[in-house]
Amino acid sequence: MQLNRDDLLRAWREMRTIRAFEEHVHTEFAAGGIPGFVHLYAGEEASAVGVCMHLSDRDVIASTHRGHGHCIAKGCDVKAMMREIFGRAGGLCAGKGGSMHIADISRGMLGANGIVGGAPPLVCGAALTAKVRGTGGVAIAFCGDGGANQGTTAEGMNLASVWKLPAIFVIEDNGYAESTASAWSLAGDPVKRAEGYGMPGTRVDGRDFFAVHEAAGEAIERARKGEGPSLLHVKLERFFGHFEGDAMTYRAADEVARLRAERDCLASFRRRVTEAGLLDGAALDAIDREAAALIDEAVSEAKAAAFPRPAELLTDVYVSY
Amino acid sequence: MPKKSFRQAVNEALRQEMERDPSVVVMGEDIAGGMGAPGEDDAWGGPLGVTKGLLAQFGRGRVLDTPISESAFIGAAAGAAATGLRPVADLMFVDFMGVCFDQIFNQAAKFRYMFGGKAKTPMVIRTMYGAGFRAASQHSQCLYPVFTHIPGLKVAIPSSPYEAKGLMIQAIRDDDPVIFFEHKAMYDDEEEVPDEAYTIPFGEANFLREGEDVTIVAIGRMVKFAREAADQLAREKIDCTVLDPRTTSPLDIGSILESVRETGRLVVVDEANPRCNMATDISAQAAEQAFDALKAPIRMVSPPHVPVPFSPALEDEFIPSVEKIGAAVRSVMAAPARRAA
Ligand SMILES: Cc1ncc(C[n+]2csc(CCOP(=O)(O)OP(=O)(O)O)c2C)c(N)n1
Ligand SMILES: [Mg+2]
Repeated sequence: MQLNRDDLLRAWREMRTIRAFEEHVHTEFAAGGIPGFVHLYAGEEASAVGVCMHLSDRDVIASTHRGHGHCIAKGCDVKAMMREIFGRAGGLCAGKGGSMHIADISRGMLGANGIVGGAPPLVCGAALTAKVRGTGGVAIAFCGDGGANQGTTAEGMNLASVWKLPAIFVIEDNGYAESTASAWSLAGDPVKRAEGYGMPGTRVDGRDFFAVHEAAGEAIERARKGEGPSLLHVKLERFFGHFEGDAMTYRAADEVARLRAERDCLASFRRRVTEAGLLDGAALDAIDREAAALIDEAVSEAKAAAFPRPAELLTDVYVSY
Repeated sequence: MPKKSFRQAVNEALRQEMERDPSVVVMGEDIAGGMGAPGEDDAWGGPLGVTKGLLAQFGRGRVLDTPISESAFIGAAAGAAATGLRPVADLMFVDFMGVCFDQIFNQAAKFRYMFGGKAKTPMVIRTMYGAGFRAASQHSQCLYPVFTHIPGLKVAIPSSPYEAKGLMIQAIRDDDPVIFFEHKAMYDDEEEVPDEAYTIPFGEANFLREGEDVTIVAIGRMVKFAREAADQLAREKIDCTVLDPRTTSPLDIGSILESVRETGRLVVVDEANPRCNMATDISAQAAEQAFDALKAPIRMVSPPHVPVPFSPALEDEFIPSVEKIGAAVRSVMAAPARRAA
């Protein structure tokens, strides 16, 4: 897929929106307004957006505990997301899910997930639906380097190959699972794991939006043509702690500062498009301001929203009972 | 006696048993942490810092970080236990039993019976449970009734730091697989805990308070709530016995029945979802075996039959409270005395 000016502007807007969202959530969490566990996606934006740019509502993604970026890239409403994270009425999941369970099935967003390795089998099912119903849709599992070691991921990959499903496994390798380095925990090579299951595997630099976009495009096209699953091993960086509140003593002292300076996918995108004369700085700056304003508004509206009514504790357990 | 937190109490139990017995090993995700990373070793010392410091003392040979592969390492703990080690594996949140349950209930739990009494599986699975952390549906469940249901497993649910240390040492020395439940909202609770090693036997309930009117049986964190409720009720001249079973398998039903025979009234408080939980189990046994002594219907205080919600406004409604316990006790006091037929 060739990227025209509108595509580039859209990619930038989505990545900026994710970054602004995460930075605001970081601040609000520190201020004490956000309950529970929160895992931020800042630094990894090019992966979610590079993949999801190829998708529409008929396509399904399933995410991880670090899911805000995937939700935004798949078209979830950011204001409803923010209300959800604050546990308020009108949240995207009615305040019942929170950061780790944001979902919007109508947009093909099958949920962030509190269980590491939850997504790959679910995505086999979503891909099966697409195949049986002939929708032409694909299903994509985002999964961390840690999640790659879950039995469910191995089983999901094998099943996807055996059933020749339109499924894609995106291993987002941000170097760590909690405090454990992927250099230690990920034995062998995820790309070779893909080969072992009879599917193409590609390593991609997650700092480079264009590389992600291209590799994802090929995998998705292959899936849409009925040629079966693929795996992408995206190497990227996490700019915040594992969760908000993580002291990160397992990282080198200057590590995050260095990664922010050298491996920021947003800075890299901006440099690339301005140097090539594809977009001018002013257009990008305007989007930055709009994204920041949107998230500011989302935060203040979320904080002003009411909490769910206590009676809602008992609703939504079953369709009928 | 020094005051120690629940976290310190568990840490001390692990340390003392590892000192005493070289076959004790601990394993789990980020149990030390920092594996392969450029910063500090023992960076986490367990998900909530419970195993901090064990690495420095016992080294990587006995403090084993794992990939996120619960089936593999919980199963490895079972295999190691059956062949001569005493592993203590950290399943982090009990909700994660879903990805490794076969290794627990079809493997570890059944070796002894299936192998005609010839196997021993002395393993401990430490795991966090309970609501109150705004951790939502996949990180807040109790689930101990599920384990209690399985013959071959023992289930310990300490209600305080003192209990935690003694029950953990017992769990490690025990020759059967033990699931050890730590309530995530109790790690900073403090009380006096002896420095030396001691054990608390399984299957012996603890009477925390003795009263003539009502028996309150409470599990885990609910013990604290039940004691608070009993204190308030005492001011209303309602005199409660508060009983902590300590382990749900084995369950000291004898002590519960004995108390019910004295008071004639039973309230069971359980943070687990209400269908097939410890409250229904204990109530059923009391109804079956002490029906003649009951002066009022048994009351159960449990959350509703719903997953744990995220929003604080909903989660606070979900968790049994001191008020709800008090109301249940008052209602059994108000019930008309049962007339003999
Ligand atoms: C089955 C299961 N095991 C463990 C956890 C606890 N946990 C949450 S996130 C995480 C690390 C995940 O690492 P990775 O897959 O690399 O994703 P990242 O956090 O780096 O995005 C762990 C161990 C969990 N939520 N579910
Ligand atoms: Mg990771």
